[in-house]
Amino acid sequence: MREDDDPKKPSQESSGVSRREFLKIGGITVAVPLVAGPRVVEAAGEPVKVYGPGKVPVELTVNGKKHALQLEPRVTLLDALRDHLDITGAKRVCDRGECGACTVLMDNKAVYACAVLAIEAQGKQITTVESLMEGETLHPVQQAFVDNDASQCGFCTPGFVVATKAFLDRHPNPTPDEIRRGLSGNFCRCGTYHGIQQAIAQVARKGA
Amino acid sequence: MPDYSWPAAEQRSLIGKRISRVDAPLKVSGRAKYTYDVTRPGMLFGKILRSPHAKARIVSIDISAAEKMPGVKAVHIIQQPGSTIQWAGDEVVAVAAVDEPTAEDAVRAIKVEYQPLPHMVSDAEPPAGAGEAAGPLGEDDIWDALDQMPPAEVAKQLGQYGVSFKVTEDLLEDMKKYDVPSEVIEAARKATYHEVKEGGARSSYQKAVEQTQGDPDKAFAEADVVSEGVYGLPVITHCCLESHGSTVEWPDKDHLFVHISTQNVSGIAGQMAEPLKTPAANIHIHQDHIGGGFGSKFAADRWDITAARLSQKAGGKAVRMMLERDAELEVAGARPSAYARVKVAAKKDGTITGWQSQSWGTGGPGGGGMPPIPYIFTIPNLRKQHTAIRNNIGPARAWRAPNHPQAALITMAALEDTAAKLNMDPLEFFLKNLDITGPRRDVYREEFGVAADLMGWKEKWHPRGQNISGNIGRGVGLSLHTWGGRGHESHCDFTLHPDGSVDIKMGSQDLGTGTRTCILIVAAETLGVPLEAIKLQIGDTMYPSSGGSGGSTTIGGVSSSTRRAAVDARDALFAKVAPSLSAQAGDLECVNGTVRVKSDPSRSLSWKQACAKLGAMPLTIRGNNPDKSKPPDLTNSGVGGVQMAEVEVDTDTGIVKVKKMVAVQDCGLIIDLKTAESQCYGALIMGISYSLYEEKIMDRTSGRMLNPDMQFYRLAGISDIPQLVVHMMTGKGYDERGVVGLGEPPVISPGAAISNAVANAIGVRVPFLPLTPDRVLAALSQKAGA
Ligand code: FES
Ligand code: FES
Repeated sequence: MREDDDPKKPSQESSGVSRREFLKIGGITVAVPLVAGPRVVEAAGEPVKVYGPGKVPVELTVNGKKHALQLEPRVTLLDALRDHLDITGAKRVCDRGECGACTVLMDNKAVYACAVLAIEAQGKQITTVESLMEGETLHPVQQAFVDNDASQCGFCTPGFVVATKAFLDRHPNPTPDEIRRGLSGNFCRCGTYHGIQQAIAQVARKGA
Repeated sequence: MPDYSWPAAEQRSLIGKRISRVDAPLKVSGRAKYTYDVTRPGMLFGKILRSPHAKARIVSIDISAAEKMPGVKAVHIIQQPGSTIQWAGDEVVAVAAVDEPTAEDAVRAIKVEYQPLPHMVSDAEPPAGAGEAAGPLGEDDIWDALDQMPPAEVAKQLGQYGVSFKVTEDLLEDMKKYDVPSEVIEAARKATYHEVKEGGARSSYQKAVEQTQGDPDKAFAEADVVSEGVYGLPVITHCCLESHGSTVEWPDKDHLFVHISTQNVSGIAGQMAEPLKTPAANIHIHQDHIGGGFGSKFAADRWDITAARLSQKAGGKAVRMMLERDAELEVAGARPSAYARVKVAAKKDGTITGWQSQSWGTGGPGGGGMPPIPYIFTIPNLRKQHTAIRNNIGPARAWRAPNHPQAALITMAALEDTAAKLNMDPLEFFLKNLDITGPRRDVYREEFGVAADLMGWKEKWHPRGQNISGNIGRGVGLSLHTWGGRGHESHCDFTLHPDGSVDIKMGSQDLGTGTRTCILIVAAETLGVPLEAIKLQIGDTMYPSSGGSGGSTTIGGVSSSTRRAAVDARDALFAKVAPSLSAQAGDLECVNGTVRVKSDPSRSLSWKQACAKLGAMPLTIRGNNPDKSKPPDLTNSGVGGVQMAEVEVDTDTGIVKVKKMVAVQDCGLIIDLKTAESQCYGALIMGISYSLYEEKIMDRTSGRMLNPDMQFYRLAGISDIPQLVVHMMTGKGYDERGVVGLGEPPVISPGAAISNAVANAIGVRVPFLPLTPDRVLAALSQKAGA
C-alpha cells in the first residue's frame, strides 16, 4: 500500500526501540528494575535495548526547543506532543498509522507520530504544523490551503499541510500522478481533496 | 418598518461572492482547538470497557483490582450485572486515571463475566411473511412517515396503531414549527398510548409501511415494459475524524463544565440535566471547533454522562473521554441499510405508470425507517411495503440526508434500468417524466441541461454495454435529489460598541460548513464594514441559543437572525447619527466603513466616528429567527439538484474508477459561494467513498464489526478523486427565494449516479453498493451466464 519511497516508513536507525525490536521484546520476559538507562538483553540472537516499563527520562526536540519529559516507553510521539507538551496540531484519529492526521516531520521526513514511540524520536528534529508559520505569516502551503478552501472541519488539515509540505519539498513540480501517490497516506472525511489538489497546483505555480 | 430583506444583487459586495473561510488560518496552522485538544488542569483520562459480545447478559463484574491500581481515580459501572447487552462494543465499565496508559491497564484489570445470548447481525432479506404487524408508532416513525406518505395516511396510522411514547406538548409544538399539517398534529394529540415492553420477545422483523395508491395491478397489466431489479446499500458509518467525546468537570458540586464535540451546542445541557440531576442552567457547554459530525453528534452520549460521573467520583477533576477509533466505528453512528425488490411499469414512450417495491433494511436495535421510495417521482399507481430489521449491529444515527441516499439509489437505479429496457437515453427518460417530480420540476429541467453540457452527456452516452474497448467499459449515469433545508430557530446578541468595534454572540457551531464565515458576511454586508472588523463568538451556552446543525438548517437560521439584528443595530445607529449629518435616519447608508447620506455621500462619518455617537453604553440587539414581527421570511425550504457521473470499469479486475462528476445544485440565495461549492465538492467525494468502498461489515458468528479501523473501513483518498465540476444555480429565480441549506442535498445522488454509470458501462446492474471488484465481477459473470 505504501510507496517504496514513502517518507513515512518508520526509520530503521533510531536511538530507541524500533518497532521491529519492540516485537522481539514481546517474546521475552524479564524483570526490569526501574533504572534510567536501558538494559540490553539478548533476543533472537541480537542485543536489544529494553526500557521501562516504568517512566523513563525522554528528551524531545520539538520545533527547535528541547523538552525533558518522564514517559513510559510505550507512549507514542503523538501522545507525548499532545498530552505532555500541549502541542495539539497533530491529531489523533486512528492511532495506528492508517490516516495521516498525526503527520509531523522527523529530521525533515514526514512520519506518522502515532507510529513512532517518543523514545524513538529522541535526538531527532521534530517539526510540527505549529512551526510552519513565520511570525504571523502563513507558510505558502498553508496560504494555498486557505485560498483554495482545502479545509472544512479541519481535523485532517494539519496532517495534510505537513504531508503536503514534505511532499512539495521533494517534488516541487509534481505530476497529478505523483500527487495521487505522494499524498495517499492521508485521509479526509469532509472531502477536501479537490481543494488540496488546487492548493498544490497553486504552490507549484508560485514556488514555495 | 425597517427593511430586513436581503440586499438586491447590485448592492451586494460580500453576499454571494467567493470568500475564504475566516477560520481557515487557524485550521491550517494547527491553532484551532478541538474538543480532543482540550487539556484541563489535573485532567484525568477516561477509558471504557466494552462488551465483546453482540448480545449477552452481564453475570458479574469485579472492579476491585482496577480500583486498587495506583493512578486510578475513579471506576464506574455503567451497566450492572443482570443487564442485557444489545450490541458489541456497548459500554460496561468506565475508569478514570492519571494518564492514558494507566487507564488502559485498569480497563484490562476489570473482570466481567457474560452469558452470551443468540444474536443477529444480518440484514439479509426477511423470510416471506416474517414481518410482525405494525405496532404503535414511535416518535421517529412519525417523522419518517411524514417523509413518505400523505398526511392523511399518517393521521390514519396514528389513529389505527396509536403511539409507543407519551406525546408531549413540546413535540406538538415542534411539529407546528416544521409545518406538519394540523390533521397529523391532531391525530398525534389524540393517539392512544400503548406501552411497549423493553426487551420483550419481539420479532426481528417489523412491517413498517404498507401502502397502495391508484391501481398498480392495472398499471402493470397494461404496461408496455416492466423492469424488475433488486437494489441496495449496506450500513456504513460516519467515521468522523474527531471521534465522539468530551472533557467534563465539576468546578463545584453544583456546576458542570463540558467541552464536547457536538453539532448541538445549545441542546446538550438539557440532555445532561436529567440523568445527572443537575439543572440545565448549571451546565456550561463549550466547543470551539468540531472534527466532523455528519449527523452523529447531536446527543450527550452515555460516555459523556459517564465522564461526568467519573469526574464526580474523582472530586470534580476534569475527565477526558474521547472514543477510540474502533469504538467510534462500532458504536458512535451508522447509516441504516436499505434494499428493495422493485418493479417499474412504463409505456413505450417512456411514461412511468407503476411502481411496486418490497424493501427492507436495518438501523440496528430500533429497526430504522423506510427510505422515501419512489424518490422524487410521484408515481400514480404504486404498492410498497417495508420491513424493518431489528438486530444487534449497534444503533443508527442520522447520516447526512437521512434516508435520501438510500431512496435515491433504489429509485434512480430502478428507473435507469427501465430506461435501458426501453432502449432510451436515461436523460431523455428522466426529462420525459419530470412532470411528476413536483414543485422543483422546472429547476431539474434547467439543471439537467446545464449538467449535460458540463458532462458532455450527448457525446459520452451510449446504449448499455456498447462502449467497451478491450477490458475497459465506459459509461455515464445520472440522478437527482431534493431536500428541505429551511433555517432553524436561532438567536444572537449583536453589539455595537462606542469605540466602533462590533461583536456577535450566538450559541451555534461551525461544522466546517462555513457557518462562522457566513454569519460574518451577513453582518459585514449589512454594516458596510470589513469582515475582520467584527468579532464573532459561537459555541457556548453563555450565548443566545441557536439550533443544532442538522438537516441543512443552520445557514438559513443563523443568516436570518444575524441579518435582523444587524439591520436593527444599523438603523439604531442611523438614528443616533442622523442629527450630526443633518439628515433623517432613513436617508443614511453605511458603505465602505462610513455612514453617509445617500443623496450626498460627501456628508459622511467614518464608522468609528459614527459609533462614538452611541454615547457611553454599547448598543445590544437580539436577533431572532423565525421572527414574524420582522418580515420577510429570509429563509426557504426545498432545493433540487442533479448529478452525473462518468466511470471506467475494468472488466477483468472489476475495478471501478470514477473519471468525472458533475453536480448542479440550487440552494436559494448563496451567502458564500466558495464554501457552498466546497460543500458540493466534499459531498461528491464522500459520495464516491460510499459508492466504492464503505461498508460496516459484521461477522455473523461473533456478532462483531470486522473492520473497525481505517485500513479496512476504507475512505476514498486523494487518488480516487476524478475531475469534479460544481455548478451552483444562482441569480434570478433562485436568489429571491431566500437562504436554503446545502449540507445534505449534494451527498444524496452520487451513489445512484455512479451505480447507473457502472450499469451503463458494463451492460449489467451491480445491485448493491459499494461497487467493489467482487460485486462487479459477480454481476458480469451473471450477465455472461444469462
Ligand atoms: S492517527 Fe496517526 S496515522 Fe492516524
Ligand atoms: S476537513 Fe474534515 S476531515 Fe478533512
